Amino acid sequence: MSDKAIVTENLSRRFGEILAVDQLSLTIAKGEVFGFLGPNGAGKTTTVRMLTALIAPSEGKAWVNGIALGRDDTAIRKSVGLLTETPGLYEQLSAARNLEIFAELYEVADVAGQVEKFLRMLGLWERRNDQAGTFSKGMRQKLAIARALLHEPAIVFLDEPTSGLDPASARLVRDFIKLLKAEGRTIVLCTHNLDEADQLCDRIGVFRTRMIEVGTPAELRRNLFGRRVAFHLAEPAEVYLPLVQSNPSVTEALAVENKLLLRLADPETENPGLVRALVQAGANVQFVGELRHSLEDVYLQLVKEDDNE
Amino acid sequence: MNKIRTIIRKEWAEVFRNKMVVSVIIFLPLLFTAMMLAFLYFTTTSSSSADALAMELPEQFAALCGEGEELADCVTSYIMTQFLVMYIFVPLIIPINIAAYSVVGEKTHKSLEPLLATPISTMELLLGKMLAAVIPAVLATWGGFLIFVAGTVIITGGFSLIGTLLNVGWLAAILVLGPLLSVLSVCFCLMVSSRVNDPRVAEQISSVIILPVMVLLFGQIIGFLVFSSALAWLLSLVALILDAIMMFLCVQLFARESILTRWK
Ligand SMILES: Nc1ncnc2c1ncn2[C@@H]1O[C@H](COP(=O)(O)OP(=O)(O)OP(=O)(O)O)[C@@H](O)[C@H]1O
Ligand SMILES: [Mg+2]
Repeated sequence: MSDKAIVTENLSRRFGEILAVDQLSLTIAKGEVFGFLGPNGAGKTTTVRMLTALIAPSEGKAWVNGIALGRDDTAIRKSVGLLTETPGLYEQLSAARNLEIFAELYEVADVAGQVEKFLRMLGLWERRNDQAGTFSKGMRQKLAIARALLHEPAIVFLDEPTSGLDPASARLVRDFIKLLKAEGRTIVLCTHNLDEADQLCDRIGVFRTRMIEVGTPAELRRNLFGRRVAFHLAEPAEVYLPLVQSNPSVTEALAVENKLLLRLADPETENPGLVRALVQAGANVQFVGELRHSLEDVYLQLVKEDDNE
Repeated sequence: MNKIRTIIRKEWAEVFRNKMVVSVIIFLPLLFTAMMLAFLYFTTTSSSSADALAMELPEQFAALCGEGEELADCVTSYIMTQFLVMYIFVPLIIPINIAAYSVVGEKTHKSLEPLLATPISTMELLLGKMLAAVIPAVLATWGGFLIFVAGTVIITGGFSLIGTLLNVGWLAAILVLGPLLSVLSVCFCLMVSSRVNDPRVAEQISSVIILPVMVLLFGQIIGFLVFSSALAWLLSLVALILDAIMMFLCVQLFARESILTRWK
């Protein structure tokens, strides 16, 4: 278990008739940033709540930091940090007071030191004596993030850390998450923001009640779409279609105006030959480039396939 | 222990910002104290009013007076004794307000989830919330009571009336039974607020059902029986046992999970 931060086995949770999480089996390594990607109501928050020992699973098992869920939940709570979906600050108390309370509850040895450290890191030090209720949405979110980290947890759960933030604040929070990763913490990130997941996550789980697909962002793209290459020509591409289609390594070919769009297993080795053949046939090749799918395409495709099943 | 202190300090930092709650804590005991002292003032300055009251007193009440006592003095001290009951019940009324407010606050700010995510036990959380409500209520009541004692000494110009009023029974009742009953009412309020979906309902259920029940139960006993120190200790013991049962139930019924998930 030593290199595993989180292990779940057939973890399920129902709310009456509603099945919120269905048979989730997953392993997250220490130091990994794992993204939960899924539409509204997918069960992301429910999963996080189970793994932070806030609600009990209906079925299945899980180990967090090597501790079995339901065995010693206090120990689990001590070893993880949670950014809840809504910040839930004590609005009438100052920013510093909000953090002091949680530092004490998390049994932090140097309360004042940790509070100062995180207030400074997140750019809230100047406003430490202001009531949290007077803070902007972004500042509240940052305060809530600080609150989740006071006890330097090995695993950090972040439930939609950048939702509702302006681009600059979102950027700051993302940079902060990168910093946490660099410190070797395990991070579980729930998000709807695909670029964010793409930038931050080592692996992504596309999730809707059950796990649809898990992999690195690159793997998800490749498995789903293969790799596509575009050849830009100076003339209409249509005439060269039979030529490329006759090549056995091309699994799919499409001509759109001056472009040939090909699906290839291994573009690095196939491309030079294809370019040569095209030039010999009289084509004026202007550019050759790989078509990258945005993660959004991947995600929408996965969810669509899941709908069709 | 430290976590309980943290919770108490947090509760107070919030509660004492609420003018409504603070004024209940301060004015309720003061109001009762002022009423009692005013009554005392008028009966001692015009003896005719005490005599008038004495005429209307039913016989069994007069029978409670000792042999050879002036009827008027007897009436005054008897009525004052009845008033003293308020110092047992005020610490029962005030904290419901505080406890319900603390639960309302947590639920509306959605601050319960991060709180429950910390390694705090249910027992620590509830003890913290309970003490945060009970302590100010009891202290404010005792403060009012001290003013009452001082005022009585000044108005009557001596210690004789206060001496008759304050036997061991009453002291035990005010110093021990009152706080114990206070714990009981707060526990009930916390229990209800952790179970119902709307925190306002908790306050209503607590003040509409539990208060009258407790006032009737204990009030009747105190009013109709001669209030001896033995009775005060007996009632305190009963209250202590009820406290323990109630606290146990409160922790058992505080379903962390449904509080989190049911409240939207
Ligand atoms: N306390 C609850 N009672 C009943 N149903 C619930 C409860 N909490 C969650 N659910 C249901 O479980 C499902 C998953 O909800 P959850 O909040 O985990 O989704 P989510 O992925 O976090 O969604 P979002 O992106 O909107 O935050 C939903 O269908 C939701 O209605
Ligand atoms: Mg959610």
